[in-house]
Amino acid sequence: MQKNLTSWGLTGQKSTDVRLIKWRTDKLPEIKDGRSLLPYGNGRSYGDSCLNKDGVSLDTRSLNHLISFDPKTHILRSEPGVLLADLLKNFVHKGWFLPVTPGTKYITVGGAIANDVHGKNHHRRGSFGNHVIRLALLRSNGKTVICSRTQHSDLFFATIGGLGLTGLIVWADIMLMPIDAPCLNVETMKFETLDDFFELSKQSEWEYEYTVAWLDCASKDLSGRGIFMRANHCTRLQDSNNDQISKSKKLPFNLPSFIVNNFTSKIFNAVYYNAHPPGVLEQTLCYEKFFYPLDKLKNWNRLYGKKGLFQYQCVVPVEQGKKTIETLLEEVLKSGFASPLAVLKVFGEIKSKGLMSFPRHGVTLAMDFPNSGTALLRLFDRLDSIVANAGGAVYPAKDARMSAEHFREFFPQVDKFKHYVDPAFSSTFWQRVMG
Amino acid sequence: MKKILIIGASSAIAQATARLYCKEGVHFYLIGRNEEKLEIVKDDLITRGAEQVDLDATNPVSLEENESQIKRARQSLGEIDLALIAHGDLPDQKECEASARKTIKALTINSVSVISLATLIAHHLEEQNKGTLVVLSSVAGDRGRASNYVYGAAKSSVSTFLEGLSYRLNGTGVSVITVKPGFVDTPMTEEFEKGWLWTQPETIALGIKKAIEKQKSVVYLPWFWRWIMRVIKIIPRTIFKRLSL
Repeated sequence: MQKNLTSWGLTGQKSTDVRLIKWRTDKLPEIKDGRSLLPYGNGRSYGDSCLNKDGVSLDTRSLNHLISFDPKTHILRSEPGVLLADLLKNFVHKGWFLPVTPGTKYITVGGAIANDVHGKNHHRRGSFGNHVIRLALLRSNGKTVICSRTQHSDLFFATIGGLGLTGLIVWADIMLMPIDAPCLNVETMKFETLDDFFELSKQSEWEYEYTVAWLDCASKDLSGRGIFMRANHCTRLQDSNNDQISKSKKLPFNLPSFIVNNFTSKIFNAVYYNAHPPGVLEQTLCYEKFFYPLDKLKNWNRLYGKKGLFQYQCVVPVEQGKKTIETLLEEVLKSGFASPLAVLKVFGEIKSKGLMSFPRHGVTLAMDFPNSGTALLRLFDRLDSIVANAGGAVYPAKDARMSAEHFREFFPQVDKFKHYVDPAFSSTFWQRVMG
Repeated sequence: MKKILIIGASSAIAQATARLYCKEGVHFYLIGRNEEKLEIVKDDLITRGAEQVDLDATNPVSLEENESQIKRARQSLGEIDLALIAHGDLPDQKECEASARKTIKALTINSVSVISLATLIAHHLEEQNKGTLVVLSSVAGDRGRASNYVYGAAKSSVSTFLEGLSYRLNGTGVSVITVKPGFVDTPMTEEFEKGWLWTQPETIALGIKKAIEKQKSVVYLPWFWRWIMRVIKIIPRTIFKRLSL
């Protein structure tokens, strides 16, 4: 089937040969000319890790069945094409929540595992893979391998964060988290410097399930100012009328590319920062508003226009964390590019299970940029060098451009990982960094 | 809606609709020809909160079985609050043109078996003097087109049958709803290139639920198809034949 599957960045890359996997009992399609396979979920990876331009994409959207849930063990068995939004719709009102959620609910369970996604509670619960108990992997030899921490554990650890390259996940067991109420007590406050940010993170680490900061990285002096946010789930049903799930809107077309530029980004950042009142702002927010504010506009990526956007997300070790983040921000400032949205968070010490997982103890910085061509790509290369020197890593789920050399520096374990890659599987990303 | 009968239960639109009714106390009876697929749908509905799901892995297209299928459903559910007929298959128009046998087969799948089951279900609903019968027809039945008139003829006969049936049952407690989806992105339409008019089955399901709540007799899904079809229906034949639709 000819189709145009894209990734979230919309920078022009596509997968066009698509086969639908209709049921979890289906076999993998036989591809006679030896082209490779890659599962495709909801296309929310930013770059090319979810695409397979020279091969075949396996559309997993029909694998959207739940299989079982045991409230005693908290274990949900789900097919890989189920959206986190679908899980939330079914389980939040019964008192269950995702143990780890990224900033969008429009990703699939399979994608959450393949990228070992993280959320605002990394310091408490690690990444998504830490809550995956077991999974069934359909390999190209026709065999389904059931793996867990104790059973075929090598393949299990390779599949978590394995970018879909180890085979097709046909189901996975995930441990849900009980909650008392679908809302959160949220505190937000301004900080003036990176030192303040690290101090706030440290203070909040034990008492708050969720911490994250928005960074004003468009300000002229780049002092490292921003807004810190921390939250806990409400302990009882309060403000339950806050719980209403508001309908998301859709942007019917791409905005012209000039709308999001360095100038408007700076204005947006300044307004956002200055609009926050002094002191600590306390609110009760429904989970939708707290975790998924951007989902309100279902295809906000189109705000960036036809040329699309890049997100740059890295993690650097905590020891040199402040210094490295400063160096990165200086480099961005020097380049003249401004990010309309930058996010900073301290990752805790819980080790990710995946062999290739991105999250690790340190501080992570994510910045969005409208696609402005080669000068921006050169900036990213310079940022990569800084991250590599600090012993950090760049997040493949967000990446469309890192060099093969840098990839190896960020993920030296790739030499072990490649033995678990299914011989019939590949991706545009994988060919770029390993080719 | 407590007792729900679904025919063609593994179709994408049927599944999406069933999911909207999953809650405590709801009892489903699912008919479909593939047991393995029905089991997958059953587990899904149970995990989403349905109380009980019974399966009947028989082919709704086997006309001689229809009577016993509906009898078994009645026995299992007792009363039927909602019946959804959703089975069907998009035939290959070119193959049908070349073969009367294939055309008859396509009509049996998409029309005759649907009318057979609707007749049997209508008897039962009439007896209980309540309940809703929902049948998936299609916008394709609103006008004959060169590119798929076999499927169109099947759906057209279903729509006309249901219109008459709804008049006959007018005044009883039974309602009949004809659903006319436009282009829906499902495994049935896998081979089509999808443009901006295409809709996900979840959107169609929400429209079906709303139509049931509002007791509409005919519903186009999404809504804009009512207007598209209104325009298509008034195009004169002399012009229509020159359009390659």
